[in-house]
Amino acid sequence: MTIPFPLGSTGPWAAAGMIAAIVLASTTGEVLTAAAMKSIGDLDEIRARSGMKGAIRAVVTCPLFFAGVGFLALAFFALLFALNHLNLSLVAPASASLTLVTNAVAGKLFLHENVDRRRSTAALLVCVGVYLLAH
Amino acid sequence: MSHRLTARQYCILGLVALCAPLGDTFLSRGMTHLPPISLAHPASLVAAVFTPWIAVGIALLIGFFASYLTALSWADLTFVLPATAFGNVIVALLSKFWLHEPISLERWAGVVLITVGVGFVAHGPALTERAPAEPVQDVSPMEEERVR
Repeated sequence: MTIPFPLGSTGPWAAAGMIAAIVLASTTGEVLTAAAMKSIGDLDEIRARSGMKGAIRAVVTCPLFFAGVGFLALAFFALLFALNHLNLSLVAPASASLTLVTNAVAGKLFLHENVDRRRSTAALLVCVGVYLLAH
Repeated sequence: MSHRLTARQYCILGLVALCAPLGDTFLSRGMTHLPPISLAHPASLVAAVFTPWIAVGIALLIGFFASYLTALSWADLTFVLPATAFGNVIVALLSKFWLHEPISLERWAGVVLITVGVGFVAHGPALTERAPAEPVQDVSPMEEERVR
């Protein structure tokens, strides 16, 4: 029997789990990184005040930043693992577009960003657009 | 405060949008031109880093991360991510007009949707308004004396 095209030899639940792992790790990483950068302040101003070294020091001395980068690295390895079992045509559009939606929700919940109708519509349009473009 | 962006900040968002897809393209091109790499010979993976296409790809991705961090320091995550998705459109247009790849109707629909979405978010404020921090309460003369 031939294997259905986008799932390769993996079942639909396993595929959903792999994509969910990428989306979860990526969203956590993005939110932690964004929180770190907000706690540091405007990098352009820091660079103007204390030079490039000062800006780099401000970033690398923030523990939240490293937590964010750790989760982004986890997302990268989850992506590699998923690509080993699933086709790129499924993994890339699904993870990229779902991450946009989860980031909008996480931004509102954890970063208390003002995700108004304009931003949620934009996230939805870009999400569908990325899916169509990469599919 | 409307939190409108300056021309310099738009340039940084442009760098985020451009560097990521271009870096990925350079890495992909570099890796496909190399012979298959096996985990039994990890040194060949290290050697791959120094080939021109991959080195340029890595430089572009470092540029992407630096400009992405800078953008996050003055704009919301929910603003930066949709706004920089325009890079996907640029790559689609480059592949059509530079590499002469065919683009299906579905992909053109994707290009239009992303463009509209980016237009939507770019016209709004980049940063959420925050209530000003609570002012420090005045210390009473008695407490001031005690501190002294």
